[in-house]
Amino acid sequence: MRLDIVVCVKTNPDLQMIRIKNREPVLEAIPFKAGDLEKNAVEAALQLRDAAGDGKVVVLVVAEGNRKVRETVKEVLAMGADEAVLVVDPALETTDQAGVAAALAAALQKIGSYDLVLFGEGSTDNYTGQVGPRVAEILGLPQVGYARKITAGGAGVLAERSMDESIETLEAPLPAVVTVVSEINEPRIPSLMNIMKAGKKPVEEWSLADMGLDTAAVAPVRSILSNLAEEQDRKHIMFEGGAAEQAEAFVNALIKEGVLGR
Amino acid sequence: MADILVYSEKQGAALELTFKAKELAGAMGMGVSAAVLGSGSDAAGKLGELGADRVYVTDDPALEGLAVDVTAEALAQVAREAGATVVLLASTRRGKELAPRLAQKLGAGCVSDVSSLTLEGSTLVATRYAFGGNTVAAETLDTEVKVFAVMPKTFEIGAPTPGAGQIVTPALALQPSAVKLVERRAKEGDAVNLEDAERIVGIGRGLNKREDVELGRELAAALGAELSCTKGLADFGWLGEDRIIGLSGAKTKPELYLSVGISGQIQHTVGISSSKLIAAVNTDKDAPIFQLADYGIVGDLYEVVPALIEKLKSV
Ligand SMILES: Cc1cc2nc3c(=O)[nH]c(=O)nc-3n(C[C@H](O)[C@H](O)[C@H](O)COP(=O)(O)OP(=O)(O)OC[C@H]3O[C@@H](n4cnc5c(N)ncnc54)[C@H](O)[C@@H]3O)c2cc1C
Ligand SMILES: Nc1ncnc2c1ncn2[C@@H]1O[C@H](COP(=O)(O)O)[C@@H](O)[C@H]1O
Repeated sequence: MRLDIVVCVKTNPDLQMIRIKNREPVLEAIPFKAGDLEKNAVEAALQLRDAAGDGKVVVLVVAEGNRKVRETVKEVLAMGADEAVLVVDPALETTDQAGVAAALAAALQKIGSYDLVLFGEGSTDNYTGQVGPRVAEILGLPQVGYARKITAGGAGVLAERSMDESIETLEAPLPAVVTVVSEINEPRIPSLMNIMKAGKKPVEEWSLADMGLDTAAVAPVRSILSNLAEEQDRKHIMFEGGAAEQAEAFVNALIKEGVLGR
Repeated sequence: MADILVYSEKQGAALELTFKAKELAGAMGMGVSAAVLGSGSDAAGKLGELGADRVYVTDDPALEGLAVDVTAEALAQVAREAGATVVLLASTRRGKELAPRLAQKLGAGCVSDVSSLTLEGSTLVATRYAFGGNTVAAETLDTEVKVFAVMPKTFEIGAPTPGAGQIVTPALALQPSAVKLVERRAKEGDAVNLEDAERIVGIGRGLNKREDVELGRELAAALGAELSCTKGLADFGWLGEDRIIGLSGAKTKPELYLSVGISGQIQHTVGISSSKLIAAVNTDKDAPIFQLADYGIVGDLYEVVPALIEKLKSV
């Protein structure tokens, strides 16, 4: 069986590296990397491709410039994806989830033939969960969210997903859109050899115009009025010594705080 | 007159949103419509009592199982019939995958995981976490129709007032979903209310094995606290998803949050930042959790936690 899978991967600032200055996030000099859940999606795609025995995994990335995208693409190609398509256009600088979805959908149409399109349940930085369902609607594809197990076979895909109060098994005909949660797998760490090979894999780069989209299609429909860190004022008291001393000092502090011993 | 349309598959959330919609609609000169989709719901009367002027009720067979594509299509048709320009949904898992699909159908902008919704002048301003929880963004939508998926328990539910909304049977044209529900089983797991807990112990991947969750449980018992965990730990299957704190879990506000073997990545700490006191046990003195801690213990949890349990039992 042949399975062609497109994985939509976002490049994110490394959130752990973000500093907050005057309640504003400082993004300068922050490295970019592939989204966490998208790595789960790539891993799932690789496993599905290998189980099917034939087919390819194409990574699809939308961004305003290719500077920060390169590392991300290399990262997931090194995991074992076969090729990459980058949609790069300065008009995407100010876009939002609706615009990204429009660009992804246009790219999928240009790619033409695929069996599955995988997304993260949410992106690492925005975590809106909007992009996957919007793409599914634009392309009129069936959609399965929050998959924690996927198997493909016959004409369809079988996915187990975890909802608020239930576990569901859904069956969707192909092609289908599936979003994954982190429990689905542990993404592989690329070997040195695969990292070297990644540089030779085919990477295409398209502008919006290449896909027949004009910039109005990605104009943002939401405005961000402010984006500020919540203020935190913490005591930062560290207890030294052995475990027994630390425990004693901590419990005494809790008594003094009035948390204990009331 | 335009309407605010409210829907959630969860009755409690639908009632909460309806009450809020009534307040907003009053200020905006709008009406309130609510939708009840699928069979077996008795929500219509209650929605009316909480402020819905019209309740659109349908048990169209295509809605069996509430497949997201059909639910979105049904709501789009109801929204058009009701002349809705604002749609309020709950940001449950089902609601969060529904909202963007519906928004796309309506040519609408959408904000999900909304943590507050206020009217400023004549504009609705929604807040949500951004940058993984590093910041809170205030967002507005520029489209004519606007979809907001609001975190459950964001608003108070007021007292019902007698008086029923008008029950409307919408004229729907729906196709069954191509996605088949093969099986649905209830999640096992004990119900836990972390949102309202006064003391919480959180455990993370610093634990070496599943059995050691017991250590966390003992510590929680000694402290009179609820036990919670990181997503990292829940992904191992060691504790249920309903015990996750953070961006994709509970947002808590206890008097004391004690974290054990948790690194303190932003997606977790966003759920504890409203704690009055934060304490942490971690072997790594540079773990980010200490930047957020009032009290820090650098040490091995396998030594510190037993010592803590013993000390707590003596007070
Ligand atoms: C979109 C998205 C949403 C997410 N939502 C959430 C969420 O809601 N909640 C959440 O928790 N996470 C969430 N995450 C995951 C989050 O980014 C982290 O991966 C996760 O919180 C890490 O869990 P942890 O601290 O248990 O594990 P780790 O990061 O592995 O940390 C383990 C810690 O234990 C310490 N340790 C090791 N041994 C010991 C010992 N013997 N004694 C004491 N300390 C020890 C280590 O020093 C380390 O700091 C999300 C991620 C994404 C991408
Ligand atoms: N710029 C992008 N390029 C490619 N895929 C994206 C992009 N933005 C979001 N996605 C995909 O959509 C998912 C959900 O993103 P979001 O709606 O931002 O939470 C991500 O996990 C990715 O799979």
